[in-house]
Amino acid sequence: MRISMDLELKDVPGQMLLALQPLSECRANLITVVHHHQKRTPRNTMPVQLVLETKPENLELLKARLEANGVRVVRVGEHRFRESISVVLIGHVIHTGIQDTINRIDKTGFAEVVDLSLSMPGIEMPSSALIKIDAVGKEEIQQALAILKDVSAKKDLLMVLPIGIQA
Amino acid sequence: MKTICTSIIGFGAIGQGVAEVLLSKKEYLESLDLDVRVIAVVDSRGATIDPAGVDLAACLTRKRETGTVALEKISGLEVIKTLDHELVIETTPTNIETGGAGLLNMMAAFETGKDVVTSNKGPLTLKYRELQKAAKASGSKFRFEATVGGSMPVINLVNEVLAGNEVRSIKGILNGTCNYILSRMLEEKASYTDILAESMELGIAETDPSYDVEGIDTACKLVILANALFGLEATYKDVEVTGITKITPDALEMARENGYVIKLIGEVSRERLLVAPRLVPINHPLAVGGTLNVASVETELAGEITVTGKGAGPIETASAVLSDLISIYREC
Repeated sequence: MRISMDLELKDVPGQMLLALQPLSECRANLITVVHHHQKRTPRNTMPVQLVLETKPENLELLKARLEANGVRVVRVGEHRFRESISVVLIGHVIHTGIQDTINRIDKTGFAEVVDLSLSMPGIEMPSSALIKIDAVGKEEIQQALAILKDVSAKKDLLMVLPIGIQA
Repeated sequence: MKTICTSIIGFGAIGQGVAEVLLSKKEYLESLDLDVRVIAVVDSRGATIDPAGVDLAACLTRKRETGTVALEKISGLEVIKTLDHELVIETTPTNIETGGAGLLNMMAAFETGKDVVTSNKGPLTLKYRELQKAAKASGSKFRFEATVGGSMPVINLVNEVLAGNEVRSIKGILNGTCNYILSRMLEEKASYTDILAESMELGIAETDPSYDVEGIDTACKLVILANALFGLEATYKDVEVTGITKITPDALEMARENGYVIKLIGEVSRERLLVAPRLVPINHPLAVGGTLNVASVETELAGEITVTGKGAGPIETASAVLSDLISIYREC
């Protein structure tokens, strides 16, 4: 999962290393670092903001190691829904139990169907749907697409994906 | 002045386009010290032959008026095997099941030490390795830019202009008929069947459109790109293919409302050959309309290079044949 973290570093040399080392030790993947050189907190520390990807079970250990290095962890927040994708489905979308498909994606906890447009021109005619999915990361988008792919294959739907995305 | 004795095998729309371009570019070719002398023009009913150079204008008139260029009952294969010349311009109709006459013509050309420039996809889709091997064995030159994307340069772009770059992938619209149908369905909010009928009336789609609309034509072009530019040994069976027949006007409209167009995109990389309808952002370089073709080449050093142009049409295709011809003989 993707996590954002606000840290405070002491204003002495070598502190950034002490903040980053535990990330590597806990196998977290660093996405962004914003280091506010000019700012000072009321405690005269320097604020640093991180976004990282890590397994939920490693989070407590990571926090403990940071604190042990003298780095103050001010805030930890799950960074939700950074990735978004639109997918078109064509075929007998309604008959396939679209609600069930949406539930399957929503139930993952890491991805959510946030929009659905549907067009049904006639009973015997194929419907078209555009589904927007938000997810916490790229990998999670792929997992949501795998659910859609599975449904599309079973129900003979044509799935039109954005260019550059493989399902 | 270097004289290049040439045969034109196949005198349909493309063959005639080549003849017209050779006529209109005669002086230009001479300025490059190239005298392109066509010694035989062949169609399915026979040939016109003159070792001193056939009259191309007369051939074009005769074809228009009588439906054939034939003055002698002799096949393309016999012309290639028996007449002394250097270059075979192979423009017979494509056959992707057996390779058709084109395959036999190309192999015969190489066996007799002739160079080949072609617009014919079938033989290259089926027997790329064999053809290259035969060309190499006889020291023949083999050029086929016109097989992919008509006038739009892709093969020579990568092999020559982008030489030294590792190509990671090529994505693009390689079939003008599908692009036309999808573009018109969106414009007119009309069904696939209606626009297909319109395309047939305009001559943009064939009477049997399945080759285009089922994605087969795009897949064949991917196979050629995979073999010629990625060094793979791919065949049609290696391509995952989905066509455009299921696309609805509603889907196109919904996509548009969300900032996308739907295009039939062919993608080739070392890992995968894929033809499928795709959502393309409206302002993306690949979102070209009408019958245009477009290809985006992702390279290691130069980044992404995108070219677009007319993918069909006799003169446009002849342009690719002409540039192949010039590049063979100018470099000698």
